[in-house]
Amino acid sequence: MAAQKICVVVVSGTRERLQMAAMAASVAAVSGIEVTIFLSMNAVPHFIKGAPGNAPSEGAFGDLLVTKKAPDFKTLFRQAVELGDAKILPCSMALDIAGIDTDTLEPFVGEPTGLTAFLNAAADAQVWTF
Amino acid sequence: MAEKKIIDGRGSFCPGPLMELIGVLKMSQIGDELEVLSNDKGSAKDIPEWVHKVGHEHVSTTEEAGVWHITVRKSK
Repeated sequence: MAAQKICVVVVSGTRERLQMAAMAASVAAVSGIEVTIFLSMNAVPHFIKGAPGNAPSEGAFGDLLVTKKAPDFKTLFRQAVELGDAKILPCSMALDIAGIDTDTLEPFVGEPTGLTAFLNAAADAQVWTF
Repeated sequence: MAEKKIIDGRGSFCPGPLMELIGVLKMSQIGDELEVLSNDKGSAKDIPEWVHKVGHEHVSTTEEAGVWHITVRKSK
């Protein structure tokens, strides 16, 4: 039986969606599932080196994540890579439009990836979008 | 010789205690016992589920004064 594969597409820059994406990706990755995370749109700036991870909340729950000290989404994404061998791939189009240089991204973020390569990776995977 | 290690995940929420456990598991030897302390009810359920899924041994889960003690033995 082929390994289970999940592609997590993250386009939102809000705390709740980034948190849920990070939780799902990290637990899947450490459970033997092949996980690819594709970052685009408003998610990308949060992965610039040193960005504090203070994403705006969509609602009251996002504020609770902070006050209750839930694990922050950047830590969970890093753990998905370090503990679970997940791949985090930034969208090359998003980097171009935002003028973000690859060298300025967090070290756990991989190479810029276009849609053709992403679609190849997603061809036989479940795709979850946040 | 097998060791017993304590992982203090109190004050963290799911999946924080699980990720802390996995980090320590990776550096442990087969046969080592790891006891996770957590006051997160979700982690008390989710950690044994993960342990069964990936093939380690769930030794016990007990609760005392709002703190769960989840003991896991590294099996592979």
